Amino acid sequence: MLELAIKGGKKYYGWMTLLIIIVGIGFLLYLKQLDFGLGITGLSRDTSWGFYIANFTFLVGVAAGGVMVVLPYYLHDYKAFGKVTILGEFLAISSVLMCVTFILVDLGQPMRIFNVFLYPTPNSVLFWDTIVLNGYLFLNIIIGWNVLEAERNGVHYQKWLKPLIYISIPWAVSIHTVTAYLYCGLPGRGFWMTAILAPRFLSSAFAAGPALLILCCLIIRRVSNFDPGREQIQSLAKIVAYAICVNVFFFLCEVFVAFYSQIPEHMDHIKYLFVGLHGHGAYVPWMWASMILMVIGIILTVNPITRKNEGVLAVACVVIFLGTWIDKGLGMIAGGFTPSPLHEINEYIPSLPEIGIALGVWALGFLVLTALFKIAVSVKEEVRA
Amino acid sequence: MMDSSRRRILQLLGVSALALTTRPVFNAFAIEEQAAQAQAAFKAGEKALKAKQWALVIDTHKFESEADLEPLIEACHRIHNVPQLQNKRHEIKWIWGTHYHNAFPGKAARFLAEAVEHRPFLVLCNHCENPPCVRACPTKATFKRESDGIVLMDFHRCIGCRFCMAACPFGARSFNYRDPRPFIAEAKLNKEFPTRMKGVVEKCNFCAERLAVGQMPACVEVSNGAMVFGDLYDAASEVRKLIKTNYTIRRKQTLGTEPSVYYIV
Repeated sequence: MLELAIKGGKKYYGWMTLLIIIVGIGFLLYLKQLDFGLGITGLSRDTSWGFYIANFTFLVGVAAGGVMVVLPYYLHDYKAFGKVTILGEFLAISSVLMCVTFILVDLGQPMRIFNVFLYPTPNSVLFWDTIVLNGYLFLNIIIGWNVLEAERNGVHYQKWLKPLIYISIPWAVSIHTVTAYLYCGLPGRGFWMTAILAPRFLSSAFAAGPALLILCCLIIRRVSNFDPGREQIQSLAKIVAYAICVNVFFFLCEVFVAFYSQIPEHMDHIKYLFVGLHGHGAYVPWMWASMILMVIGIILTVNPITRKNEGVLAVACVVIFLGTWIDKGLGMIAGGFTPSPLHEINEYIPSLPEIGIALGVWALGFLVLTALFKIAVSVKEEVRA
Repeated sequence: MMDSSRRRILQLLGVSALALTTRPVFNAFAIEEQAAQAQAAFKAGEKALKAKQWALVIDTHKFESEADLEPLIEACHRIHNVPQLQNKRHEIKWIWGTHYHNAFPGKAARFLAEAVEHRPFLVLCNHCENPPCVRACPTKATFKRESDGIVLMDFHRCIGCRFCMAACPFGARSFNYRDPRPFIAEAKLNKEFPTRMKGVVEKCNFCAERLAVGQMPACVEVSNGAMVFGDLYDAASEVRKLIKTNYTIRRKQTLGTEPSVYYIV
């Protein structure tokens, strides 16, 4: 089936070339980082994780979001989603690929990555994160590829895939739970130390992942002869609507706990993000933008009139994707580190090379995503013809 | 024919991509080799000092100003080849002075004894009995030495993920955001102690290399008695005597990490 990825029209090649160029620029910048060290980023002694880890965290969510098409189809026999499960699985593959790449570019000594396997350390959450992420990657590759191939050959997929499919559902939940545990188990980081962090991550994941999937479906319908289907898109939109509501609700729960209890360690980080602290407030406009975007997203997806209009729905999905990205990507990491354990404020601003490398990783993910979707769509077209 | 030439091109592309990536990797290894000259003797000798859990008591009354701290910081940073980086973001420090409200956030009363408010407080790795950094490390590159409770770093195993820095509630850890070696003055280089490479985390090691040859930690040695070092679990040790006869506090004790650095205030 791989050959389907290199048979395309001019637009397809143009898009792929553009992505390859961005990957190339990112790669050159990464070579610079490899040579100089992580000092070319905006990271510091106080904020030791930044843009890379933020994008990693967000993309774990997008990957987990893929399960929102797999679960209704395989567990509830919701037949309509049978058409799009492959898109969810392929989205998961490319997202996890981006996650792993983000971790790799964040390492100070990437050539030592295999130390994680050479000296397995079960008490480290990072060890478990490596396992669940790679496991999820392989599960989706095996399931997605074989189910699609079976569809192409006009046969039912192999029986042994069924248990793997069932395992992949809780596994999707696990990847984002373990990723939240990276943060919420650390003493002395008040912003992250909340039992609701994993649920929060999951809710924003189930909003952002399906939102991206809807956008992909709308694009696929335009550029190919395969229509993912109006019912499918509408069902996904309802999932997005619920998830984004829950995400904002969870955030408000955090705000209540911090500001009713009035415990400074818990309030200070939220204050820093939303109103600024001791005269520092680089993230204030971003965080309010995020909140406004998510509220707009709620209004547009909950209201049936706007949701049923696919043009408006597309806008809603973009708005929700951006809103959750700022919230989880930008704010979650920088906000957790500021103020520092010594209650000092050294603001973290990502540097241009850092953003360039991150864009390169995103482009790499979209390159793989486009190729995979191209294969899936070509098979669907073939089968229909 | 068509197929085989396409395959050929793909192979060539693959090989050239590999060749491109190997260069920086080789560079990185090459840089490592130049610096492997300095090898420290960490093996405990006959005169080695031993303890169940090393602990440090700092009598903060004896430090009046930042100037009083400087010789200690200087001694530590010199013998451990800690680079002097101008960029604050890249700063590396093992021991440094700060205000009471930074060392003990949450413990600073609205009105504070004037002496305490103006006194500088030394902060360093607490060599916790229950260290969260060790729990977080995915490669055991940072570990708690069973023989004497020192939290140590293996600079050659660290992958630079910085999970330990997020886990440390005391901000005790520094990361080499760039090659530190050009920032160590040639004349000051201590060839007995390893320099670090870029991309690894470092911190105070309670002078494990000095204890191994029967010497007290460098900061303690130059502190004129303001700092006392000893075994926390030896009831007759000097640190225990000080803790028994003075009111001491520890940083963020409520977090349960059990810091081994005690402050007399």
